[in-house]
Amino acid sequence: MPESRDAIAAAQERWHKEVAAPSLARFPERQAEFTTNSGLSVQRLYTPADVEVDYLRDLGFPGEYPYTRGVQPTMYRGRLWTMRQYAGYGTAEETNARFRYLLENGQSGLSVAFDLPTQIGYDSDSALAEGEVGKVGVAIDTLADMETLFAGIPLDRVSTSMTINAPAAVLLAMYIAVAEKQGVSPARLSGTIQNDILKEYAARGTYIFPPEPSMRLITDIFAYCAREVPRWNTISISGYHIREAGSTAAQEVGFTLANGIAYVQAALAAGLKVDEFAPQLSFFFNAHNDFFEEVAKFRAARRLWARIMRERFQARDPRSWMLRFHTQTGGSTLTAQQPMNNIVRVTLQAFAAVCGGTQSLHTNSWDEALALPTEESVRVALRTQQIIAYESGAANTVDPLAGSYYVEHLTGEIERQAAAYIAKIDEMGGAVKAIERGYVQREIQEAAYQYQRQVESGERIIVGLNKFQMEEVPPENLLTVDPAVQEAQRRRLAEVKARRDQAAVDRALAALRTAAQGTANLMPPILDAVRAYATLQEICDVLRAVFGEYRPTEEV
Amino acid sequence: MRRIRVLVAKPGLDGHDRGAKVIARAFRDAGFEVIYTGLRQTPDQIAEAALQEDVDVVALSILSGAHNTLLPRTVEALRARGLHDVLVVAGGIIPARDIPGLKAAGIAEVFTPGTPTQAAIDFINQRLRPA
Repeated sequence: MPESRDAIAAAQERWHKEVAAPSLARFPERQAEFTTNSGLSVQRLYTPADVEVDYLRDLGFPGEYPYTRGVQPTMYRGRLWTMRQYAGYGTAEETNARFRYLLENGQSGLSVAFDLPTQIGYDSDSALAEGEVGKVGVAIDTLADMETLFAGIPLDRVSTSMTINAPAAVLLAMYIAVAEKQGVSPARLSGTIQNDILKEYAARGTYIFPPEPSMRLITDIFAYCAREVPRWNTISISGYHIREAGSTAAQEVGFTLANGIAYVQAALAAGLKVDEFAPQLSFFFNAHNDFFEEVAKFRAARRLWARIMRERFQARDPRSWMLRFHTQTGGSTLTAQQPMNNIVRVTLQAFAAVCGGTQSLHTNSWDEALALPTEESVRVALRTQQIIAYESGAANTVDPLAGSYYVEHLTGEIERQAAAYIAKIDEMGGAVKAIERGYVQREIQEAAYQYQRQVESGERIIVGLNKFQMEEVPPENLLTVDPAVQEAQRRRLAEVKARRDQAAVDRALAALRTAAQGTANLMPPILDAVRAYATLQEICDVLRAVFGEYRPTEEV
Repeated sequence: MRRIRVLVAKPGLDGHDRGAKVIARAFRDAGFEVIYTGLRQTPDQIAEAALQEDVDVVALSILSGAHNTLLPRTVEALRARGLHDVLVVAGGIIPARDIPGLKAAGIAEVFTPGTPTQAAIDFINQRLRPA
């Protein structure tokens, strides 16, 4: 840049006096202060003087450290992001039909939503599952359900993401077992398990076991997959739910990377070498409405993680430095009022994810503040991605917003704030301690409450909600999950239990118990148990008996 | 007059507690005494807590879609403990078509997404402290 920062700052002062100030005297600005959606201060104008960037050190080139501009050298010019709609409801048959529908409509990867009993390790016939079976996702009790879920879908040709955390090892084992039955070797499987227990304690709530054994299960998966399932993303370290619970953008990055640090430390403590498992770590972020802030957030997260992995953990393999991530548009930003407007919100958010260099993307459907999405609304959401991909031009060059004074300023600011959160969490002894002490939860709650107050005071405008409201009739044609699903699933489970070899199940569960009491890797005995058609709950109950259950201290 | 005591409860298995925590704090700022149950409470656990804490209001937050099963059961569990006067309200992603059935089952009001916290506060005040 030919002009010096001082020269620009001096010229800006002159501009302000001669041009801006007289204009402001006649036309005052709409607000005394402007902020991003997350509350970062926004100035009237950004110039090179606001951007403290050393190009080669801080931005560099795509596919190279520090990856600010993207993890691949050519980004979407080579291959578009994976369009991956999260889907699942009712029985495995119904979800299998939705998967085939999405694949026929041009979706490139699968993403499984499991129902809450499955996510918490209960079978469909448990008393605690009452009313919940098949509601927010598909019910999986045994390998038989998983076989139905992927019937007719060749597992060597799709990549599958599974939103499963506390019992992630069990569902991954079932997936491997289905692949075996299809004749597909585990080495050829690609996909992701969420497997991120720390954000469950902090923000999402589907935990089972206490932190220590939970971290062991996670590092057992890292070790097993490094050898047996090398193309699998063994964890999706998730800021998504932290943001949905109310955090700011900078907190989303800071808390998520702090959790990432905790997983790396746990794996190192378990004796793994950083470059053995770090290339299989992946991330999951939210996309909200403040377009520039979101683009900056993704870029900041990439740069900060690369620096952490290289400088703090001394990783040497460039793949260990790369923050690869999935994005989902922000569910909490959708309104039940004038819900078709949500299509526009989702478009802004998805566009931010693409301009921010996401590897895969889920776009929410317009009706999700009302019910689970219908086939039609999911199609519009998928088409939104396709329009961005093929019509917007955003996929034609790498990191199109780089060099925007505003975006580079925000990128630096979010990185700085996120690093400050990480430093604070380090002082507390790391993410596990900070979550056990309730620090992360309190910070998120505080931000959520402030946001709600701003909406209620009208300081923050949500179109259709607190401005431009109108009388509406509630929309019809919302998806309903047939209440008969619960009975059907319970019958199915009873049939599987009746025809399996009970002695083999008992042997497998006993072997699992022994392994859990010792220090052996738990993946092989879990695989043996699922192959014998042990149920998810039977496996989790063995682990509950050995590990205990997590009991949070709730405070508001 | 004693302060209005509210139990904010999460029936069912969903972990979405942003709404529950925001409303709990708004109730507290409005002068109510608030007890929050935490996640994954069964109808019986909620009713037992309401009895032990001697509350005037039970505010149920649910986003799992299990409301048609769990909310009426919670009302039954409260009534089974003799808590006939406790006001029961609910909030969450609850489709409009389900609301009449829930009201018939004893849920006094259902607050859907986008409701200002003040609307819930006003409703409780009007029902418990009529002018």
